[in-house]
Amino acid sequence: MGASTHELDALLQGKYPAGFSTDIETDTLAPGLDEQTIRAISAKKNEPAYMLDWRLKAYAHWTGMETPTWAHVHYTPIDYQAISYYAAPKSSADRPGSLDEVDPEILETYNKLGIPLEEQNRLAGVAVDAVFDSVSVATTFRQQLADAGVIFCSISEAIQQYPELLKQYLGSVVSYTDNFYASLNAAVFTDGTFVYVPKGVRCPMELSTYFRINTEKTGQFERTLIIADEGSYVSYLEGCTAPMRDENQLHAAVVELVALEDAQIKYATVQNWYPGDEEGRGGIYNFVTKRGDCRGDRSHISWTQMETGSAITWKYPSCILRGDDSVGEFYSVAVTRGRQQADTGTKMIHLGRNTRSTIVSKGISAGRAQNTYRGLVRMSRRADNARNHTQCDSLLLGDRCAAHTFPYIEVSNPSAKLEHEATTSKIGEDQLFYCRQRGLSEEEAVYMIVNGFCKEVFNELPMEFAVEAQKLLNVSMEGAVG
Amino acid sequence: MLSIKGLKIAVENKIILHDLDLEVGAGEVHAIMGPNGSGKSTLAHVLAGRDGYDVTEGDIIYDGKNLLEMNVEQRARKGIFLAMQYPVELPGVSTLSFLKASVNAMRSSIGEQELDAVAFMKLIRSKAKLVGMDEDILKRPINTGFSGGEKKRNEIFQMALLEPRLAILDETDSGLDIDALRVVADGVNSLRADDRGMILITHYQRLLKYIEPDFVHVLAGGRIVKSGDKTLAQELENRGYSWLEAESAA
Repeated sequence: MGASTHELDALLQGKYPAGFSTDIETDTLAPGLDEQTIRAISAKKNEPAYMLDWRLKAYAHWTGMETPTWAHVHYTPIDYQAISYYAAPKSSADRPGSLDEVDPEILETYNKLGIPLEEQNRLAGVAVDAVFDSVSVATTFRQQLADAGVIFCSISEAIQQYPELLKQYLGSVVSYTDNFYASLNAAVFTDGTFVYVPKGVRCPMELSTYFRINTEKTGQFERTLIIADEGSYVSYLEGCTAPMRDENQLHAAVVELVALEDAQIKYATVQNWYPGDEEGRGGIYNFVTKRGDCRGDRSHISWTQMETGSAITWKYPSCILRGDDSVGEFYSVAVTRGRQQADTGTKMIHLGRNTRSTIVSKGISAGRAQNTYRGLVRMSRRADNARNHTQCDSLLLGDRCAAHTFPYIEVSNPSAKLEHEATTSKIGEDQLFYCRQRGLSEEEAVYMIVNGFCKEVFNELPMEFAVEAQKLLNVSMEGAVG
Repeated sequence: MLSIKGLKIAVENKIILHDLDLEVGAGEVHAIMGPNGSGKSTLAHVLAGRDGYDVTEGDIIYDGKNLLEMNVEQRARKGIFLAMQYPVELPGVSTLSFLKASVNAMRSSIGEQELDAVAFMKLIRSKAKLVGMDEDILKRPINTGFSGGEKKRNEIFQMALLEPRLAILDETDSGLDIDALRVVADGVNSLRADDRGMILITHYQRLLKYIEPDFVHVLAGGRIVKSGDKTLAQELENRGYSWLEAESAA
């Protein structure tokens, strides 16, 4: 009865508008990974010795590690010797001092993606750091931010200019021994974003990094470090796309957030890496470690993510609620279609007293996709009166996809309170009929129902990005109605 | 306006309606009554074009066109409105944005410009007043957590908003207390018009105390077994349906 599976599938076989590639000259390291590769990356970036040492320790550790296999995803093993670990646009050999010096081809790429870097066309009130393949090519609004005392630059620059901050905080949330992909990242990361918001400063604008993988056979290993000093506030967004290519590309990023006393960090992601074609050829393998440390009392970290892309997503933005009365939040929409596989969720580690966490996860599956929520809530012995509320909702479109929920709960303190709600639903034939009876096409009806399903999460995104996320959701559902 | 001839409907090979004939003219209000399982809701769904019903014989002509060739939204855009017996919930979809999408889908299908937010709100306010709809409810997700009465009133409100040519009300009276029933009936009465046909599907006679139909038909065992004027409804109230079922079986 009702909308048949193939009609819904047709609806969901959307296009990937970010799938173009940019033809520019790049400076690329030959594929392969050994100690020399790491020395070469470090040398290209003219890094101080402390950085090289750290990378080499990470590499030594990584060589003794095995690929984790516990996630609910399936793929042919990655050949780490077949990947190039460094690709940079040639024109950025000396990093451009201003936007006028950025290769026009690259500016055009970002324009096509709807991320204008020229300040006269800027996204209102949003400062952007643009990372193209392995390096940061432009950062906007630096002066305005500097006036407020906020540091917003590529991590490569930070390594040179703010060694004390880097030595203190880099790897302090996700150590180089943390997990297979985090260790690999620590050894070979090439760029990323660094943010420091000083004591008591409310960052005057939204900060944003836009990641773009362009060159073939490269991996992107970026590293982001955000530090919110006492009583400060910052809101940050990252966006990601890649061209359509037949082979799989690896993206193994690390994000570390540190919130000191009374500080708040809001971190939002709109991830639209190329998901591969309908048969599962190509697409990005997205193996990412994101963790926030609520280090100070009353600190607050929230993760909001909209995941529509990647062939495989393996990602658990987490919060360590170390400070008393600290708050962690995770709001997620994960859309999988075609042959996409997502294993995503969060960890809320309650260490401090009166710590609170909220998890809202919305998974949408279509085609033959596999969508998994995996979440851990741990209440430690010291975490008196800790609270968690978890809500996991799955929406299935068609009958060949699947949704899985793996909640892990560990409680060592009797005063802790946890609530877990989970639902799985299908877009009902009766819902579609109702909408169509009021004149909406089947396609419009699906958009409306899916957008409604995600609304709770979109409400957490900054306004500009909520609109973008909604558009992206619609694009990823786009296709002819049968 | 609507002409149904020799309609035979099957669901999963079981025949639900047999040789059904019905003529509805502009400005007329027809009540279709009948016991549970007689095929009343099937008729409503078939008119709206819902999937899952096989039309094995017969024709439905609407404004000179073959209705059976149109899909659900095409029929809706041609002015067929079905007030549902069980209006569905759309979690997270605000009532206002749903209605705006609906009104604009109808408008663009006939080449009219879509309404902007200001014009739309003006229209909403005038229609809300007409059917006594509380504006606060419009900010909530559509039908989500609405009481039975609120859902039904919301259906009548949408009918007022969309100004259909042919309105079909499927058991709109069921599950309503007497006050809610009166509100719904007042709304329907205010929408009676010379160019609008209405089909009221109901199990009980009580709705017809408030909405006076021009014709009453009794559906039993998948056929119209008796047609008459409003006095037929009164007779059904007194005698029940069994005498008609016995009569048609004989």
